[in-house]
Amino acid sequence: MNGIHDMGGMQDMGSVRPEKNEPVFHAEWERRVFALDSALDETNRYEKELIPPADYLRMSYYEKWLTSLIETLKKTGLATSAEIESGKAVGGIIPGRHVLSVAEVAAMIVPPPEANVPITAVPRFRVEQRVRARNINPMGHTRLPRYLRGKLGTIERMWGVESPWDRDTEGRRVDNKPQPVYSVRFTARELWGEQANPRDSVYVDLWETYLEPA
Amino acid sequence: MTPDLARAQEPGRDHDHQVVPSDPTLRVKALESLLVAKGIVDPAALDALVDTYEHKVGPRNGARVVARAWVDSAYKQRLLANSTAAIAELGYGGEEGEVMLVVENTAKVHNLVVCTLCSCYPWPVLGLPPVWYKSAAYRSRSVIDPRGVLGEFGLKLPDDVTVRVWDSTAQVRYLVLPERPPGTENMSESDLAGLVTRDAMVGVAKVSVRPQGNHV
Repeated sequence: MNGIHDMGGMQDMGSVRPEKNEPVFHAEWERRVFALDSALDETNRYEKELIPPADYLRMSYYEKWLTSLIETLKKTGLATSAEIESGKAVGGIIPGRHVLSVAEVAAMIVPPPEANVPITAVPRFRVEQRVRARNINPMGHTRLPRYLRGKLGTIERMWGVESPWDRDTEGRRVDNKPQPVYSVRFTARELWGEQANPRDSVYVDLWETYLEPA
Repeated sequence: MTPDLARAQEPGRDHDHQVVPSDPTLRVKALESLLVAKGIVDPAALDALVDTYEHKVGPRNGARVVARAWVDSAYKQRLLANSTAAIAELGYGGEEGEVMLVVENTAKVHNLVVCTLCSCYPWPVLGLPPVWYKSAAYRSRSVIDPRGVLGEFGLKLPDDVTVRVWDSTAQVRYLVLPERPPGTENMSESDLAGLVTRDAMVGVAKVSVRPQGNHV
């Protein structure tokens, strides 16, 4: 979706203001929202992209997390609006769901054994090949930012094979077929014209389906 | 511009959080009670998640990776060739660091990491991202005006330095290997790690012998 979240290349967002000695969390509720959302592992990014643009810009980061978590709970049927308002469970315990454990949290920061994912797809492109980012405008979730569409780039490397993370407007994955992901280099001049420094580039990781031969 | 947006852009606002309404505290408490009562979250696991990402994982991990690369050229070669495996040698990896790429700053190349679409960030080596990394200003302008953004962090790059911006759109997460500052030849690996800042590993600062102490 061509939403406010896809903001690469916009110029009117003001200056960057780092906070001195910034804490990891700014309030106790931020800690709990982070933990609740991470433990449930149900929220997809599209849900944050559905926040209306004016609200998206006004909300803090964890307020967006809270909003998308609540919407996800309603859509998945894990909780009703009334339950979320009252904090009281009507239906009792939901059985049969995996509940994240303390041991699993400990495992989240342990490097897994090196995976040797077999390359199950024949790459369409080779390193150093010129490609063009396709001009697609899906209403759901995509990882092809707007500022790249129609632009020429060069394949720098292939990362391996994975199903695209794109989702339709119902939040369902649109393509479960694994395909190569490439690191693609776009020169700053190609993206932004003569004003850009000719030495500069932007590197972006793109699924094969986002690309066509130049 | 809406009044709220105008308010959000007033000078002197340190970060986005001042526009948060006052009720999230109660809403989140109610939400947690509800989800615990439904038996779909374990409060002990929630505490462990907070403790992990507030105290156990953070930029100190990345600083150790950088310092090791500075003192051990064989490690540095492995780090640049297979970043995920070399980072795992030091015990770091997992969520949001499943595929890592370490990119090296030199006198002639400067790397900058961003996630224009949201907030992708290398958790195992840097922890959770700071507010500025998730801000509209940083996400929008890093790709079109990286030199201007770096200037706002006090870093002025000469025109003949190549800038590479890495937009984290898929599974790969990026860590910048900063240049080792001059005058550190006799420092120990752990003292070197003490110089390395989060900002240098995102690419918005250089490492100096006397860290400013503002940004972790």
